[in-house]
Amino acid sequence: MQPRTDIEPLREVVSRTVVLPQDDIDTDQIIPARFLTTTTREGLGRQLFHDWRYRPDGTPDPEFVLNRPDAAGCRVLVAGNNFGCGSSREHAPWALLDYGFRAVISTEIADIFRGNALKNGLLPIVVDGDTQRWLLAHPGAEVTIDVAASTLELPTGRTVEWPLDAFGRYCLLEGIDPLGFLLQHAARIDTFERSRSWTP
Amino acid sequence: MTDIPPRTLFEKVWDEHVVVPETPDTPAVLYIDLHLVHEVTTPQAFDVLRRRGLAVRRPDLTLGTLDHSTPTTPVRTLRDLAVVGESAAGQVRRMQENCAEFAIELLAFDSPERGIVHVIGPELGVTQPGKTIVCGDSHTSTHGAFGALAFGIGTTEVGHVLATQCLLQRRPKTLAVEIEGPLPAGVTAKDAILAVIGEIGVAGGTGHVIEYRGSAIRAMGMEARMTVCNMSIEAGARAGMVAPDDTTFEYLAGRPRAPQGAAWDAALARWRALASDPAATFDRSVALAGARLKPMVTFGTNPGMVVGIDEPVPETGSDGRFRKALEYMQVSPGKPLTDTAVDVVFVGSCTNSRLSDLEQAASLLRGRRVAPGVRMLVVPGSQQVKRDAEARGLHEVFLAAGAEWRESGCSMCLGMNGDTVPRGKLCVSTSNRNFEGRQGVGARTVLASPLTAAASAVRGRIADPRELFDGRGEERH
Ligand code: SF4
Repeated sequence: MQPRTDIEPLREVVSRTVVLPQDDIDTDQIIPARFLTTTTREGLGRQLFHDWRYRPDGTPDPEFVLNRPDAAGCRVLVAGNNFGCGSSREHAPWALLDYGFRAVISTEIADIFRGNALKNGLLPIVVDGDTQRWLLAHPGAEVTIDVAASTLELPTGRTVEWPLDAFGRYCLLEGIDPLGFLLQHAARIDTFERSRSWTP
Repeated sequence: MTDIPPRTLFEKVWDEHVVVPETPDTPAVLYIDLHLVHEVTTPQAFDVLRRRGLAVRRPDLTLGTLDHSTPTTPVRTLRDLAVVGESAAGQVRRMQENCAEFAIELLAFDSPERGIVHVIGPELGVTQPGKTIVCGDSHTSTHGAFGALAFGIGTTEVGHVLATQCLLQRRPKTLAVEIEGPLPAGVTAKDAILAVIGEIGVAGGTGHVIEYRGSAIRAMGMEARMTVCNMSIEAGARAGMVAPDDTTFEYLAGRPRAPQGAAWDAALARWRALASDPAATFDRSVALAGARLKPMVTFGTNPGMVVGIDEPVPETGSDGRFRKALEYMQVSPGKPLTDTAVDVVFVGSCTNSRLSDLEQAASLLRGRRVAPGVRMLVVPGSQQVKRDAEARGLHEVFLAAGAEWRESGCSMCLGMNGDTVPRGKLCVSTSNRNFEGRQGVGARTVLASPLTAAASAVRGRIADPRELFDGRGEERH
């Protein structure tokens, strides 16, 4: 039986990029703590990068990259070094996904953010400095991300690999979320509970 | 039994909870003994259960509380607590509905047992040696002080544990942090862990579970050990642990939810076997000399940017972030922080809001006043801590000194409940994170011990607590 799942299989992302060249974009910048009182995961895209995107009077800052017309429809975010550090809030990848992103590219992506992103079908793509510099210098470049091969192809034809563990790849390709995988082990969990020498 | 190789405390707890071993392709399925839930990181997880028609597998191993977005303004009865902001109120309401629907016990506003999730677990005795404990909050590492394997998880994983009582995990590596004592007068557990983070860096523990060892740790009470384990995540570690010993067992004995009678004796025998075997090896180890530690203060925007209170802020850091952090903090390199003016002092958070923390702060405030222009908040970690402190008259010490005495909660640790530090103001805080904007947009946070926080409140500038010792016995912490 194939477990019911919450995520669609993801094999490929082909998209133009949006470039946010800042280093150390932390989870408080991606989604400030005052928006964490929500009880859903939908709609968080409106608050993505809130304090950069909107002016103090609440109107969109036309200078900010996500507010420019050519950002519409872009599914790949290219960031400066070290993306996603800070708290364990899953609201950060939810906000990026809700906005429409399917991949984030940086030279370094914080552990917890990386795990949270993968579990939700947002690709955390770590590349070398040269590739990142090229991407930062060419906003709007059309890139192709292949999940099975875990590669990123630039319009120049250059193709680089990015790290993806076997389980993450399996879940993305099959659209299996880890909960589905865990539920398949229900019988083993029953046995474990019955055979314990003490009960918590 | 003799063919089991020597194992560390972590390895013993891990091995006992593996339901399905890991393979190169798949992580291990790890069983969870206690799942703590609060209002901020759970609503979306309950939605997943509803959408997929799943029940909570073990409501009996799940315990809920309200802490993060709850107000701490003093009230006459707990039912008067009005949550600040409509959205936060909705989140609290949703938590109550979810717990009712899925049959989870919730320590709500009117519960005398309510408090910060990492304070009440130990206090109630549900936190026990050898358990696996998770919560949608990175400071879950606090519970490791009891020899439990305890770590923070994201909301998706909260859903996993609700539905299956299990998590998918790769086995972390082990890191031994040895602190040989004794700690000098005026140096607390908070200073020790800040020194550890300063030593190994904010990513120094990445991928590891730390075991805190050595005579300084053994000499600490449970509350001090919790302070140490609490900040493991600030060194990037997955979890922090201390081997359970008589101090642990004495703390737990008679707690409302600790085992009783014959079950206690059985548990005790099991707990005594948890300590790392003498021949067990760690993947890495670090040693600090307790006698050389000082009261510590952070000067930058992460907990690793830390110096001894009488030491100059370094002239250079490794990268561009260093300059940016100093600018944000309005701190000059080359000078100690001790002349810096203070606007706010916060004593609270899951790091330092227990009775012994409040006693430390009170010991320096007794008979003294908070300096003019300084706002000082004292926020007990739980309603139980609040009652205990009041029974000892500590609230009178704080109020007489001009500090605010509040209801329990996270409060100014993350400023989600309306307790925030105004833009540009400097707060000496006993909490655990000094990130930009953590305590309010533009707020400048200096992390320190309750002693240093209280001394700074009295002086109106960042102050070395040892200057205020006057032989009344404060030095014995
Ligand atoms: S006190 Fe601070 S760190 Fe602790 S649980 Fe609350 S918000 Fe998190």
